[in-house]
Amino acid sequence: RVLELTGCAASMVASSRSYADFTPEATFDIKKVDLHRLEEGPPLTATLTREEGLKYYRTMQTIRRMELKADQLYKQKIIRGFCHLYDGQEACAVGIEGGITLSDHLITAYRAHGYTLTRGGTVREIMAELTGRRGGIAKGKGGSMHMYTKNFYGGNGIVGAQVPLGAGVALACKYLGNDQLCVSLYGDGAANQGQIFETYNMSSLWKLPIIFICENNQYGMGTSVERSSASTEYYKRGDYIPGLRVDGMDVLCVREATKFAADHCRSGKGPILMELQTYRYHGHSMSDPGVSYRTREEIQEVRSKSDPISMLKDRMLSNNMASIEELKEIDIAVRKEIEDAAQFATTDPEPPLDDLCSHIFANDQPFEVRAATPWTKLTSTS
Amino acid sequence: NTMFSTSLLRVGSKLIGLLLTRKGHFNTLGLRNDFGFPPGLRTKTFLLGPTTKMNLFQSVTSALDNTLASDPTAVIFGEDVAFGGVFRCTVGLRDKYGKDRVFNTPLCEQGIVGFGIGAAVAGATAIAEIQFADYIYPAFDQIVNEAAKYRYRSGNLFDCGNLTIRAPWGCVGHGSLYHSQSPEAFFAHCPGIKVVIPRGPVQCKGLLLSCIADQNPCIFFEPKILYRAAVEQVPTEAYTIPLSQAEVIQEGSDVTLVAWGTQIHVLMEVANMAQEKLGVSCELIDLQTILPWDTETVCKSVAKTGRLLISHEAPITGGFAAEISSTVQEECFLNLEAPIARVCGYDTPFPHIFEPFYIPDKWKCFDAIKKLISY
Repeated sequence: RVLELTGCAASMVASSRSYADFTPEATFDIKKVDLHRLEEGPPLTATLTREEGLKYYRTMQTIRRMELKADQLYKQKIIRGFCHLYDGQEACAVGIEGGITLSDHLITAYRAHGYTLTRGGTVREIMAELTGRRGGIAKGKGGSMHMYTKNFYGGNGIVGAQVPLGAGVALACKYLGNDQLCVSLYGDGAANQGQIFETYNMSSLWKLPIIFICENNQYGMGTSVERSSASTEYYKRGDYIPGLRVDGMDVLCVREATKFAADHCRSGKGPILMELQTYRYHGHSMSDPGVSYRTREEIQEVRSKSDPISMLKDRMLSNNMASIEELKEIDIAVRKEIEDAAQFATTDPEPPLDDLCSHIFANDQPFEVRAATPWTKLTSTS
Repeated sequence: NTMFSTSLLRVGSKLIGLLLTRKGHFNTLGLRNDFGFPPGLRTKTFLLGPTTKMNLFQSVTSALDNTLASDPTAVIFGEDVAFGGVFRCTVGLRDKYGKDRVFNTPLCEQGIVGFGIGAAVAGATAIAEIQFADYIYPAFDQIVNEAAKYRYRSGNLFDCGNLTIRAPWGCVGHGSLYHSQSPEAFFAHCPGIKVVIPRGPVQCKGLLLSCIADQNPCIFFEPKILYRAAVEQVPTEAYTIPLSQAEVIQEGSDVTLVAWGTQIHVLMEVANMAQEKLGVSCELIDLQTILPWDTETVCKSVAKTGRLLISHEAPITGGFAAEISSTVQEECFLNLEAPIARVCGYDTPFPHIFEPFYIPDKWKCFDAIKKLISY
């Protein structure tokens, strides 16, 4: 009992130390950003508070562990179909969210699990959607590529198709005069789709509050950027749209650039384009080992030198903004959250058969849906 | 000679055929398996010269190989075709014929088809690959408005007949919304192009070579679930199977069954079930060419049997079965003993988790036959 009390007291002493001993905030130098058609860019330093640091760390770690868990569940065939993992690119999702608010809008392509989380989804809902259960964020009907939350428009399977949608959302923001903006993401592969250029033109012509973000992870499925694009300077592809090229592995870099871009949009100057140079550790999807078009050494090198979570961790520890035990506690809490979510995702029941026909149209009255044979009909209730 | 080789093939097929395990609708790989593929039983073979065991994607490679060898203007392009393609249909061709003849395009379907039309008009035999049929829609305008109408609008001065577009097609067990679609009905509505769908390796090679040779722009859909599952002895030399000719795979007297692609194998099992359990003799027809389709073979068969069942994975409303049904009732009204049955996919987007309920499996088709017989 005495030992227990002593242990208790010790941990109390340890936690009470945290408030007194840690640095509340610190300023870091961040990489200079390449500019296109801009006189000034984002600042060269970023200030990080302890709370922000812990929050970013926790979110990035959650995304990382969630993606690794999804990998595991996929190999156990509990998740089936298509699964595109986001580990390595966490700094992009977390950094972007740090530069905007939850009342702004965001739309991205199929590598969407990270964004679903930063935009307000829970790990439980995301994992249940991957396994196709009724507790999933899209009620089990969408799967990996189709996850949505408030002000987050997915999760889109067709490459490049989400960008004109983003422009439409931005138009709505401008029309309603609510000072919100839309962040429209796409990858280096999608950057060659015609509809992206159509969107550049429309948003520039009408000065829409849209931030185009190209997440350049160097490979469009298995094709490296040099082999797919005549110009790999994706931040300049908007031509008349101002552009920034940002280090996408540094969460502070991404955050400062997003803040800069958001100010640009909100001041009525129209669209702006950001290229985030980032990297994915997994292959394109779970059916891609990821090593036939790049070497393991390359992946290892990025992991050891530029891993976003390690970078943040080193910064916080070397500036005494957190203790290593504290970060370990966060790791343990995250692990537990993921385990619980995986448990839920595995045991939650599948959606009822009625859901097959629900929400095809918006209908007040239930209507009949023709089914596989002439005498079977299902009812669609919305 | 043909009969001997055909029976040899039937014997051989039993040894060679690849049957999938049948536990419910999907095997452990998540692939749809409510049908088997014993080859040769359904193939009236065109045994021209030596044959090799090939699966569907290898038969595609073989057809493309023959084309690139015999036609110096032939080029193959599409997303990821250079290393062999995501379904291995173009493996080895770049090394053999050079990187100026087999090359990758960036991610731009509209651009790929537009570019293909131009190359075809200028005289090259252009073979474009769209990575999945689900992604063909950005190219829809190019196909329908440009390729299909080129000859017509120029008064036969120009045409893009040298263009062939290939795309993997149909459900696979885990494809969900955007890797499982069967869009043949959208293109069937467009005069000026041809739409062709094979049921196995022998048909695939013959029909693909016919499409390439045909002087009209052709869309060739390849059932992706059969890429590995369907294995047959396929002639290594080039040969063609005529377009717009349906094939009567099995003769029968009571019910006509019409389908194309993967669904043929499902209906084959249904026909066997009907024979065993109901004593019903089914005539099975593979339509092969969707547009322009062989009305004569189908109508002759319905005139004989009086009952028709058409089946496809695509949604029922506006699916190609509707066109067949309408034409048959015009031509064979007085021959019909029962309303024409269509067993198709539901009128929903191709589902994620609900796929086993959605697909027109053999039990739904069998049920339809029972109702046809007892009408």
